[in-house]
Amino acid sequence: MHDALELAATRPQSAALRSYAPALLIFVVLALVPPIALLGPEGYVLSLTTRMMILAIAVISLDLLLGHSGLVSFGHAAFVGLGAYVTGILITEGVVDAFTILGCVVAASALFALVTGAVSLRTSGVYFIMITLAFGQMLYFAASSLSAYGGDDGLTLWNNAQLLGTGVLDDPRGLFYAVLASLIGAFVLVDRLKGSRFGRVLNAAKSNPTRVTCLGFDVFRFRLAAYVIAGVLAGLAGFLSAVQTEFVSPATMSWHRSGELIVMVILGGMGSRNGALLGALAYVGLEELLSTYFAHWKLIFGPLLVLMVLYAKGGLGAVLAPLTGERPRG
Amino acid sequence: MALFWRRSPASGRVAEPLLQVCGLSKRFGALLATDDVSFELFPGECHALIGPNGAGKTTLVHQISGLLRPDDGSIHFAGSDITRLPAAARALRGLVRTFQISSVIDSFTTLDNVALAAQARHGSSFRFLARADRETALNDAAMAALADVGLEHRAQVPATTLAHGEKRVLELAMALVQKPRALLLDEPMAGVGLEEAERLITLLNRLKSELPMLLVEHDMQAVFSLADRLSVLVYGRLIATGTPEAVRADPEVRAAYLGDAG
Ligand SMILES: Nc1ncnc2c1ncn2[C@@H]1O[C@H](COP(=O)(O)OP(=O)(O)OP(=O)(O)O)[C@@H](O)[C@H]1O
Ligand SMILES: [Mg+2]
Repeated sequence: MHDALELAATRPQSAALRSYAPALLIFVVLALVPPIALLGPEGYVLSLTTRMMILAIAVISLDLLLGHSGLVSFGHAAFVGLGAYVTGILITEGVVDAFTILGCVVAASALFALVTGAVSLRTSGVYFIMITLAFGQMLYFAASSLSAYGGDDGLTLWNNAQLLGTGVLDDPRGLFYAVLASLIGAFVLVDRLKGSRFGRVLNAAKSNPTRVTCLGFDVFRFRLAAYVIAGVLAGLAGFLSAVQTEFVSPATMSWHRSGELIVMVILGGMGSRNGALLGALAYVGLEELLSTYFAHWKLIFGPLLVLMVLYAKGGLGAVLAPLTGERPRG
Repeated sequence: MALFWRRSPASGRVAEPLLQVCGLSKRFGALLATDDVSFELFPGECHALIGPNGAGKTTLVHQISGLLRPDDGSIHFAGSDITRLPAAARALRGLVRTFQISSVIDSFTTLDNVALAAQARHGSSFRFLARADRETALNDAAMAALADVGLEHRAQVPATTLAHGEKRVLELAMALVQKPRALLLDEPMAGVGLEEAERLITLLNRLKSELPMLLVEHDMQAVFSLADRLSVLVYGRLIATGTPEAVRADPEVRAAYLGDAG
């Protein structure tokens, strides 16, 4: 009976490496972007790539819910916005230490996730989608009415966060590498989560919650924990976005943004190893490319997305499956 | 037949029931799916529950396992009232069930299904970083359970590719790996081949002295070779409980159920 186990134990070494190939390649290429950007419009390239990476963090965190737990959250952008607002408000109030701000961002997103998750996760299916949407919109309107901090127009930051008293985050290249490090951290964290005991329960509950409950798992608690983790990671993306743009706006939390994040997850391939990362980069890249060359680029972008979702079932992750050797997921 | 239920068949002496269902009732609209049902499961016994299609057997198992709330009545397990306990907590106390319609995790391999079940009993599952599929304690326990039911050669295949009979057996392996104190089996032989059924009966016969089980089953061969006691459910109501011989001889049962089977 141990033959099968040994077989299983020797196989993964090279297969695992192969399944990480797209992510590894992307991280290496990203790390080389700043020196290469020197040859061209450096500021533009750095800012675009940084924006892509920040979005990728949010998308990776959403995939933990959407792809891995089967929880279609339609209010994920609210966490990005919350992180951005906490950052914006603290900087406006003179708190500039990055770690202090981060601590507050983590606490605020975790608390918001805990409270809204405890309510939303009592429901399922369409109701879950609607209630997460409602909580997201609630935060959106709350931010719009913050007249002391810009209200509808958003809040421009006249100062920026300082990393250990330095201006690293104010420097495009410094920020770039800080964001890249965060992205790699988020990718590794979510990847480890998926393979852990915790992730196994989540994934099983996605397809058969009743069975998982009858095995003795309180599915609600596992989902709530996932919801909090995803919320905190999205909050982190919000922090980085506020630091990059030195501007926060209620628009970051609108349901359009939540919808975009979902599209990126689907484009990349829900629940696959590299999908969320690929989806975010491809989406922003495509959007940027089309909008540079075509005036009415949205007329092309929309149908293109529909075609990709229709014909590349399983998203970009599935397109790369023959390369990565990853088993397509249900 | 009321004489039988105070004796634990294995020991022949008076014993505390491990599971006690008392006056259970459940309504679906106008339909009384469970009608004032009371019975016990004693340590060391296999208590079979038979009845025609739609009699309410699965509904009863759902209530005992916590998936459905009864409208009335109580359920006691191992000395405590579990009527309002959530399903997951019941499983953790050792009251483990299987499903009539195979209910496994299709996206998992056979081994991962059983390892997931093992995980419920081996320490906390709020472990976030270490890889679960490399935990030898879980995998070894899972492989042992698969070997018990004769499915170890299919350990590495995705559960979707299992044949119907193999899924039935996987259900059982998932239950056994949890080291239950009592088993609720909802038609474990439904749709399995003759050979597999034989093996299952042998396995359950070996287990039942250690592991009391409530066996819902249509397969009369399985029922009569396994059951120490037999209850008959018709239209949600228990019409008889006793030894298989006594129940078989009961005129009401013959008329209502066994009669038409010959
Ligand atoms: N959720 C429900 N809502 C309404 N009616 C239900 C529900 N579940 C079961 N029933 C009805 O309750 C009755 C008992 O069903 P149940 O599945 O418990 O029967 P069973 O004895 O397990 O039958 P079988 O031998 O076919 O498995 C049936 O008439 C069924 O239609
Ligand atoms: Mg049934």
